[in-house]
Amino acid sequence: MEWVVLLLGRGVAAIGTSDNSVGFLGEVIYMPTTLSRLARAGAHVSTLALSIAFGLFAAQPGHAEEVTLTVALAANPQMQTAAKLIDNFYTKHPDIKVKFQTLPENQLRPTVLKDVATNSGQFDIVMIGAYEVPLWAEKGWITNLSQEYVVNDKEWNADDLIKPIRDLVSFNGDMYATPFYGSSSFIFYRKDLFEKAGLTMPEQPTWDQIAEFAAKLDDDSTNTAGICLRGIPGWGQSLAPLTTVINTFGGRWFDENWEPQLSAPKTKEAINFYVNLLKEHGQPDAAKDGWQECLQLFTQGKAAMWYDDTVFAGPVLDQASPEVKDNVGFALAPIKEKPGSGWLWAWGLAIPKTSKHQDAAWELISWLTSEEYIKLAGEKAGWGTVPPGSRKSTYMLPEYQKATSTYAELTLKAISDADPLKPTVDPVPYTGVQYVTIPEFEQIGDFTSQQLAGAISGQMSADEAIAASEEKIREIMTDAGYIK
Amino acid sequence: MALSLSLQSGKRASPVRNALVKGWWDRLPLLPALVVVLCVTQLPFIITLYYSLQRWNLVSTSAPRFVWFRNFLNAFNDAVFLKAVFNTAVMTGSIVIASVFFGGLLAAGLNREFRGRTLARTLAITPFFIMPVAAALFWKTGIFDPTFGILGWITDAVGIGRFNWISQYPRLTIILLTTWQWSAFALLILLAGMQSFPTEVAEAAAVDGASRFYTFRRLMLPHLRPFIELTALLTAMYVLENFAAIAILTNGGPAYATTNLSYYVYLEAFSAFDLGRASAFGMIALAFAIALTVPMLRVVSGIFKEGGRA
Repeated sequence: MEWVVLLLGRGVAAIGTSDNSVGFLGEVIYMPTTLSRLARAGAHVSTLALSIAFGLFAAQPGHAEEVTLTVALAANPQMQTAAKLIDNFYTKHPDIKVKFQTLPENQLRPTVLKDVATNSGQFDIVMIGAYEVPLWAEKGWITNLSQEYVVNDKEWNADDLIKPIRDLVSFNGDMYATPFYGSSSFIFYRKDLFEKAGLTMPEQPTWDQIAEFAAKLDDDSTNTAGICLRGIPGWGQSLAPLTTVINTFGGRWFDENWEPQLSAPKTKEAINFYVNLLKEHGQPDAAKDGWQECLQLFTQGKAAMWYDDTVFAGPVLDQASPEVKDNVGFALAPIKEKPGSGWLWAWGLAIPKTSKHQDAAWELISWLTSEEYIKLAGEKAGWGTVPPGSRKSTYMLPEYQKATSTYAELTLKAISDADPLKPTVDPVPYTGVQYVTIPEFEQIGDFTSQQLAGAISGQMSADEAIAASEEKIREIMTDAGYIK
Repeated sequence: MALSLSLQSGKRASPVRNALVKGWWDRLPLLPALVVVLCVTQLPFIITLYYSLQRWNLVSTSAPRFVWFRNFLNAFNDAVFLKAVFNTAVMTGSIVIASVFFGGLLAAGLNREFRGRTLARTLAITPFFIMPVAAALFWKTGIFDPTFGILGWITDAVGIGRFNWISQYPRLTIILLTTWQWSAFALLILLAGMQSFPTEVAEAAAVDGASRFYTFRRLMLPHLRPFIELTALLTAMYVLENFAAIAILTNGGPAYATTNLSYYVYLEAFSAFDLGRASAFGMIALAFAIALTVPMLRVVSGIFKEGGRA
């Protein structure tokens, strides 16, 4: 509890230092900074130290020829490679220095949000997910890259970007972030187990086929689950695969009037299907498993199929035990009614409006998302770890094709088939494939996924989970003013 | 300058005023530290109180506005909040009782002379020094997991099949894991307590023909009482804000079965980004924590007095 208090306190101090503090808040806030300065200085006791301390605070660097960019990044392998290759950027731009702040994904979001929402201007570049880009663009927190830079920077070649990914980091047709990598979802399966059971996986399976395969491959004697699916609560965990199932079953989260649709027949059918498939032929104790656990189960040969992000194809081949490694097959995301049912995600690099070094920041993010950088990362760090799914040209590189021959083509197809602007069969007032692009969705998704986990663990029925979630969603949406 | 002036004028002033100035002059070296402490503890508290009276959602399009105590009233209409209060009470209570019990058993065992005692003692207190996140990850995959875990393997070998521990008994798994860590802490304090039990008393009791159980019940236990109280207090204070075990094992689920107050505050602040509500929940959680610990502190404070309680 204390830490929340502290964190909030820090947030306030941050507002205080910005010039955009509001009225009364501003006054309250100005005090702590002055007091803490006094306090820090007071610790030196003598007045001499005090005056020196004030002198130091007053002495701001008056002329800065060299620009230092502070970048907030998610701690994933692709970004770590980028941090390692930064020397190549320095040789081109000797006047720019880069300070990386690497954070775990789930900490990156609150840290960056707090910074941007309170205008504290700590970061010059932030790495944000596809869900945030349009929301933050709408609030005016991040710079419109299309108008400011992309039109003038022919070398960066925006036309080379894969279209759905480009749409994903855009708002009203303008790009607000450069896509660092993009991904979709597909099926991982064990070719050897399929062969043994006399089954063949089509390139485009249906969910009915997947359920049938899972029933046949579920083997208690070897502790092998038919399929591994995420079950742990979290809007970015179990709700991502579930929402793609809802979409392809013809269901949706909301109708055109923002009326929640979880209990509509098709959505209900999809949720029941997901829960039952997981309960009957999924991995045991599924309500605790996220992608981390599924990755482990699949690579250790304890699951015959796995439906998850295309970006895990590299890690699976990398980490799999020897008997699994040579038998990993890939297939497109299963469908029911709607084709192209894979999800769509991208990590983008955006420039907060509060950054004082916008031009230098563009130099860095355009370099990090350029064709040149992708080639460099492939040569220096290995072709399997190149940031995938952002540029068409990546998939033309012979070295990349060779290193990722088993899944590159399917990844590209999955990404190209997904449509974040029209994710469902029936019309919806929102965008986003495996999420709903409204600020309230994190809260809605977390609540629903908690109830879903309750259904998966057998504490309640799927229908009870749906009813409880829908009631809460209606409450949140009414409170936020969507439902009049 | 101002200070030296006041000091000079203080010399001619009344003795009372003189004493006052002298008192503050003596306290002067302490003031910077005091100001720092106030800034880092009390100021955020007041600011959180201010936030808790606002409707302020970081991601919402409407600007923050003052709503008085609505966040607090809403808390008690929120089924999940009430569930979190219940979970906190159940989990904290059982972890404290179980930790004191198992810690006491371990301490009693280690309080005897035997070969390899030092090694056993080191091993017994190790769980407390493992980082909570690492411990939780290990328990999740290494023990509870029906496929990879030891428990699954044991129950399968015995012939009763593999259990879905975390899905079926989510609260129990959190209690087990946290108890495992905190009984090592209880062991540490209780063992010190047992070792401070005077040997003459034990010998005299033995000479008088007291049975071992009688000695334990009538002599050792009263002697240990302040130690047990202290253990319970400290464990309760830390376990109230149990976070790592919940975040790693269950994410607070399934269906909020393992969400405690601090995890719910986290969800409100960093998933809903509703700073107003999160601050209000934090305030309520703080009130609960104070209500629990202040009476306990009063009980325990006896042991800090010279000579303790007779």
